[in-house]
Amino acid sequence: MFVLLRWITQTLCERKSVCVRVNLFIDEFCSLINIVTTMQKYSLFSLARNALSGHRNWPLAWRSPPLKDQYEVVVIGAGGHGLATAYCLAKEFGITDVAVLDRGWLGGGNIARNTVTIRSNYMRDESIPFYVKSVSMYEGLTKELNFNMMHSKRTMVDVVQTWPKLRELRRRQLVMDIYGSTYEQITTDELRRRIPALTGGGPDARLPIICGMVHTDAGVNRHDAVAWGYARAADAMGVEIHQQTAVQSLIRGADGAIEGVETNQGTVRAKKVVVAVSGHTTTLTETAGLKLPLRTMNLTAFVSEPVQPLVDVIVNCPDSGFYFSQSDKGEMVIGGAPDMGQSFRRDIKQNVFEDTVTSMLSLFPSFKKLKLMRQWGGHLDIAHDASPIMDQTEVPGLFVTAGWWGGYKAIPAGGLTLAHLVAKDEPHPLMSSFTLDRFRHLDFVMEAGTTTAR
Amino acid sequence: MMLIPCPFCGKRNESEFIFGGPVVAARPDPNAVSDAEWVEYLTIAPNPLGPVQEKWWHARGCGEWLTIWRDTRTHDIVEAPNGSE
Repeated sequence: MFVLLRWITQTLCERKSVCVRVNLFIDEFCSLINIVTTMQKYSLFSLARNALSGHRNWPLAWRSPPLKDQYEVVVIGAGGHGLATAYCLAKEFGITDVAVLDRGWLGGGNIARNTVTIRSNYMRDESIPFYVKSVSMYEGLTKELNFNMMHSKRTMVDVVQTWPKLRELRRRQLVMDIYGSTYEQITTDELRRRIPALTGGGPDARLPIICGMVHTDAGVNRHDAVAWGYARAADAMGVEIHQQTAVQSLIRGADGAIEGVETNQGTVRAKKVVVAVSGHTTTLTETAGLKLPLRTMNLTAFVSEPVQPLVDVIVNCPDSGFYFSQSDKGEMVIGGAPDMGQSFRRDIKQNVFEDTVTSMLSLFPSFKKLKLMRQWGGHLDIAHDASPIMDQTEVPGLFVTAGWWGGYKAIPAGGLTLAHLVAKDEPHPLMSSFTLDRFRHLDFVMEAGTTTAR
Repeated sequence: MMLIPCPFCGKRNESEFIFGGPVVAARPDPNAVSDAEWVEYLTIAPNPLGPVQEKWWHARGCGEWLTIWRDTRTHDIVEAPNGSE
């Protein structure tokens, strides 16, 4: 009984997310008092006003205009990267004649098929500044988009169980120190104090825990809000979002440059076309005769029933092959390893699922009682060196953003840098190392090992 | 769980195998091809929405390397290795 009480108080005291939420609320409140005319500002006043009319008069968050046959820029894929790019094209570069086309519904692609982990613990000089920027942009996104992202900067803790992994993480720590990202080693005792549910991995385990590594910049937020917030803000500046509009092929002109796209709703012309479709990048670019160094893989995730607050950090167990965080609703959001071969499936395979659960129970035996509710696979493409590709291709006017293994964390800075590339025809400084040139010169940015990719 | 047909052992669980990557073109002589062709050989693998040819190693079985065609949309093995049927 005493142990249980102590554990409960510890857990409560450690819920850093509580104070983060208070801060968020204050942020929210400050932004509430501003009233902007371009779009219906969500605020205390708008809430009160609409409450008086029984919430029957809320305006639609975005329009569904008829599809025109020509735009300045067509963005394929209304996921996080596509919407953030359209938003930044309008906001930063004044390009508003933009259509974002999606074959499904808004918020139904990979933006809904990830584990909402936002972090910047990478290895290379080229990568870390980009992810540091993206994480900091996420932290201000609620205010920027006037949409509550429910951002919870709750820290990620790596559970280290092998010496090679510890060496690799220490090496990352040294590089991250240079660029202002955070990584810090803690003892096993401290690790167990911060994560009371971590009762496995003792001295007799096959892989005893060696220590923990703490990345305080990491957080989670709400994926729907990211999609809806960007969509609403982009729409308010004139960007058009077209759902159920499947691009079937890319059209090239006689001079070889991009001329537009063929869709199930007809032909749409544009001098600039952006491919932001995650796992299906090569499926589309092959229609323009391109070959890209990308393979499509399936990544496993599943969710438990909601339970009382139990774990207040993101727990990453790279040696065991799983990671999880507890959502605000109380569900454990659990991610595992990818399938071994290429895959365009959107479910997970039973053996991958069972392997992940077995690993998880070896460190968190009490999770045996959890009922698992939903599973999903995101299919995503990975480049030859496991780093993203953002570039204008050899087809003039055709831009790709791809190879985002865990691209959720990269959405805000990914949109900003891609909009820069599209508007100015030259890469943003943060992404200048991630063009296709690095393959032409065999100048890889090796990030294999800093993601779940094997 | 895929059942991968091994020419020696018959259909065995995927967990007995190690993935050996997609089948790519034979290694060219780097001095005999252009830079672009060399880079393509080094970095680009087929990524079809459909059957892909790939190598698997029966590492926890007989040790045989084998080649199958597998559909990336369903994971069905659409063509078994030679000699396995």
